Amino acid sequence: MEHITLLLGIVIVTALVFDFTNGFHDTANAMATTISTGALKPKAAVAMSATLNLVGAFLSVEVAKTISGGIINEQGIRVEVIFAALVGAILWNLLTWLLGLPSSSSHALFGGLIGAAVSSAGWSAVNGSTVVTKVLLPAVAAPIVAGLAAMLATRLSYVIGSRTDDRATAKGYRAGSIASAGLVSLAHGTNDAQKTMGIITLALVTGGAIAPGSNPPTWVVVSAGLAIALGTYLGGWRIIRTLGKGLTDLAPQQGFAAQTSAAAAILASSHIGFSLSTTQVCSGAVMGAGLGRKGGVVRWSTATRMFVAWGLTLPAAGLVGAGAEFLTKQGTWGTIITGVLLVSGAGVIWTLSRRRPVTVDNVNDVESESAGVVTTAIAAVIPPPAGPVVTAPAPDRNSGPTAEPTSHATV
Amino acid sequence: MNIDWAALGSVFGVSLVVTVALVGLFTLGVVSLTKKESARGGTAALAVTGAYACFAACAAAVGYGIFLIVS
Repeated sequence: MEHITLLLGIVIVTALVFDFTNGFHDTANAMATTISTGALKPKAAVAMSATLNLVGAFLSVEVAKTISGGIINEQGIRVEVIFAALVGAILWNLLTWLLGLPSSSSHALFGGLIGAAVSSAGWSAVNGSTVVTKVLLPAVAAPIVAGLAAMLATRLSYVIGSRTDDRATAKGYRAGSIASAGLVSLAHGTNDAQKTMGIITLALVTGGAIAPGSNPPTWVVVSAGLAIALGTYLGGWRIIRTLGKGLTDLAPQQGFAAQTSAAAAILASSHIGFSLSTTQVCSGAVMGAGLGRKGGVVRWSTATRMFVAWGLTLPAAGLVGAGAEFLTKQGTWGTIITGVLLVSGAGVIWTLSRRRPVTVDNVNDVESESAGVVTTAIAAVIPPPAGPVVTAPAPDRNSGPTAEPTSHATV
Repeated sequence: MNIDWAALGSVFGVSLVVTVALVGLFTLGVVSLTKKESARGGTAALAVTGAYACFAACAAAVGYGIFLIVS
């Protein structure tokens, strides 16, 4: 076993915790439509997704050489910076989970890294143009690409199948969407578990525990794969509900079209080399499939909340990362305080989530309640303005004839 | 700033074509299978053969997808 200092140990544990949150945050991408259209029972869906994530973690031998893809200058990065970045990413992942909003775990990690790197070495540590090309542009492109594909595919599917009985065909579409969801899960395990392995390996190299350029030790591969699989199995039911039921209502063939377009877009993007966020691809695909059916609706108030969360991911995770780096710079006690703050922050978010838990049993319940969860959660985490009436910051005026019933918080 | 429009365009085109083709094929397969029950004799056999051809093409696409992930 390599020589591992206390700080290095903390970073490894934190990286695995991030991997875990990544797992339960992203279960929805692969399984939300599969669960909401009844293709798989919720427990079976997360079990399948977890297994494929675990398999995916072992499949690829290509190690993530850079964890940030050139967004920050990784030369001479310190272990504390990695730790601070992880703190920012974990807290943002947990907060968006509490609000039931699908947002990109990778972008949260990028945000954390940017914040920590700037706090540590100044703005020169960040490549601004790479931020645009690798984060901002894909965030705009992903939902359009997957959404348009899903919309057209849904239209075509309804045209071809217009003279058949819905009940007779539903079984077929459900089977098809399971296959597509399996591909998404496998791709997720390969990409995102690799990312954690890359982080731990980078930390080990930086801390001098292993030689530069080494492959990740076996225990790193195994623990990263297990952490993401465990997180996936736990199921981020809040986000699954938003993606499966909250954004739009999906019939089995829409779910199939959405999942297939997501799988196609993810594989095309990772193969051609213009990386898109899995979360944003899947959310876009679900909305596209919703719009593709005649009379289909997208609940734009929920979608708007989601877009806002996407926009906030980078700066919010960055601010937390910067703050954490500021603390860890002060020395060992600063690192310990950061760790304590991370644990207590996670604890507070978990406690808040217990007020209105979303579990395997109520994951498919109707949106009106889901909106209640979201608005209550927002009201709970955002200090209410003066006066007893707490209104959700969601743009209610945005609710046209197609939107969900206006949702005032019922605290 | 160096935006790789060509790559973005390819991702867009490939996703669109692959998705529409696969969903179309699969829908054809599913629809043929349900038509089997109303058809008789040769038509039914043709419908089933067509359906399995569609499913085979989709399975091949899934196989290629797994190949892309593994490689």
